[in-house]
Amino acid sequence: MGAARFSRAPRFRTKLAPAMLQFFARRLIVAILVAATVMVLAFALTRLSGDLAISIAGPNATQADVEIVRKAYGLDKPLSVQFFDWVGRAATGDLGDSYFFKKRVADLIAERMPVTFTLGLTGLVIALVVSLPLGILAAVRENTSLDRGVQLVALIGQAMPSFWLGLLLMITLGLQLGWLPISGTGSWQHYVMPGIVLAFSAIPALTRLTRAGMIQALGSDYIRTARAKGLSRAAILLKHALRNAAIPVVAIAAVQLGFMLGGSIVIEQVFALHGVGFLAWESIGKNDFPVVQAVVLVLAVIYVALTMLADLMNAVLDPRLRGP
Amino acid sequence: MSTVSVITGPRRGWRSAGTWIGAAIVGVATVCAIFAPLIVPHDPFTQDLSKRLLPPFWMAGTNPDHLLGTDQLGRDYLSRLIWGCRISMLIGITVTIVSGLIGITLGVLGGFLGGRVDDAVLFAITTRLSIPVVLVALAVVGLLGSSMALLVLTLGLLLWDRFAVVARSTTMQVRNLDFVAAAWCAGCSRARILLGEVLPNIASHLVVVATLEIALAILLEAALSFLGLGVPPPLPSWGLMIAEAKDYMFFSPWVIVIPGVALFVLVLGINLLGDGLRDLFGARSDP
Repeated sequence: MGAARFSRAPRFRTKLAPAMLQFFARRLIVAILVAATVMVLAFALTRLSGDLAISIAGPNATQADVEIVRKAYGLDKPLSVQFFDWVGRAATGDLGDSYFFKKRVADLIAERMPVTFTLGLTGLVIALVVSLPLGILAAVRENTSLDRGVQLVALIGQAMPSFWLGLLLMITLGLQLGWLPISGTGSWQHYVMPGIVLAFSAIPALTRLTRAGMIQALGSDYIRTARAKGLSRAAILLKHALRNAAIPVVAIAAVQLGFMLGGSIVIEQVFALHGVGFLAWESIGKNDFPVVQAVVLVLAVIYVALTMLADLMNAVLDPRLRGP
Repeated sequence: MSTVSVITGPRRGWRSAGTWIGAAIVGVATVCAIFAPLIVPHDPFTQDLSKRLLPPFWMAGTNPDHLLGTDQLGRDYLSRLIWGCRISMLIGITVTIVSGLIGITLGVLGGFLGGRVDDAVLFAITTRLSIPVVLVALAVVGLLGSSMALLVLTLGLLLWDRFAVVARSTTMQVRNLDFVAAAWCAGCSRARILLGEVLPNIASHLVVVATLEIALAILLEAALSFLGLGVPPPLPSWGLMIAEAKDYMFFSPWVIVIPGVALFVLVLGINLLGDGLRDLFGARSDP
């Protein structure tokens, strides 16, 4: 009785292809609702400190200065008016003006985004280049010392404080060996060290997922069939097993990129990369709240878009999800 | 192939060396954390500018009074390291209590009640995952000023997602089992079933999540303190120690190596113990 009471009707009774569409329509609605919720939270976040006009005007401001700031920035209006003003303008791509940089926030973020994206993509590529072979190797040699070694690498990656690893690389690769520049954004070499550090945060998850997917694929009937046909080991591994194991990995990679973009703030600070994270960091220190709330919003929207992309890629890569 | 792996099998649970290493690290850290005021060789806050940046015991010019040397203000590094362990453990555990309360409540309610409630819980999890944790935590501390209580509360409010995901999925499995149906038939109330039947049966999974969350909270606290928006100075957080020593790292790398290794080893130990517990309980920690 208890079981029947809570059982849910299956969500999709129609054929799969329209069900896919319906699924993405639902996902889109959820994404918009998430963005709206994040807007409320980001707005509330910047109002936490109480009177923004006082913090913007600075410690030496008189009461009259504070009032001028309050008027100039529209902080004298009711909170609800300020909020809907922000939402209304954000919907048209206008994220307000920065107090400190005296520029449009949207322009500031657009200026800094390439650095953060380059860093994120570098990190993702390095992470995939390391974790795919490691995961495959561990799966092929399941339960050997090699497998345990790979799992140890994943554990080490999980425990490594990223900012500390960054400093260690600066000392070793940068100063002692002189292979790579220590900080800044001049050339592609500047992205190698931060990319390695950022990759460390994604390597454990990607390696474990590749390993688990490959073990499952290698134990399946179609691999046995492929073996029976006398296919070469490489063909079985790369063509048959990896293609199936890669489906969840590709999807998680997109989500990991979202986490990396959000988490790159620490690494951008360590390596003095002037990306969006660095911008947010500067703005927090200067009470430049339009920038802070906009960066939170933009990063959240990018994450939501990437998770949707991950679902879409799952559907494209896995014919079973695509329908008849 | 699979039969062979069952026989030779990987070493699991307490038979795995990793679990013991993890337990030993966590044990030592717990002792350091609890008895820090008794075991520190020097006061971790006392400055002595005549003894600035003394090297640790394996380097030339060391002072036997300061085994791990001193920092840029002449404070004993070993004492600060032990005190920092106390702060890391304190923050790791309190953050996990806050996030666990939020996440488990949401997850169990969503998984048990289903329907609209579950939709709302799923939405909350999706929203939470889309929020960049480090950035928001930095912004909160930056706007409100750094204090331990604020840091714990902020991280607790940000890190409940994995608790919610695991509590939700395990509750969904448990609620359809026979003993829950039996409790319904015996006329137990919903609250009684939740607290008496469901919660004890998902507890092992939640313990595993808790270990991973403690490790994550410790790493995040260190990162925030490193950026100057975590634990307020002069408290010796490991992240803060690395930040303060950063200017000297090119000349004497040990100043950042020592607190970093401590941080790395503690987090590794907690994760090893968590993995061991997971194998022991046969629990899952991933959604």
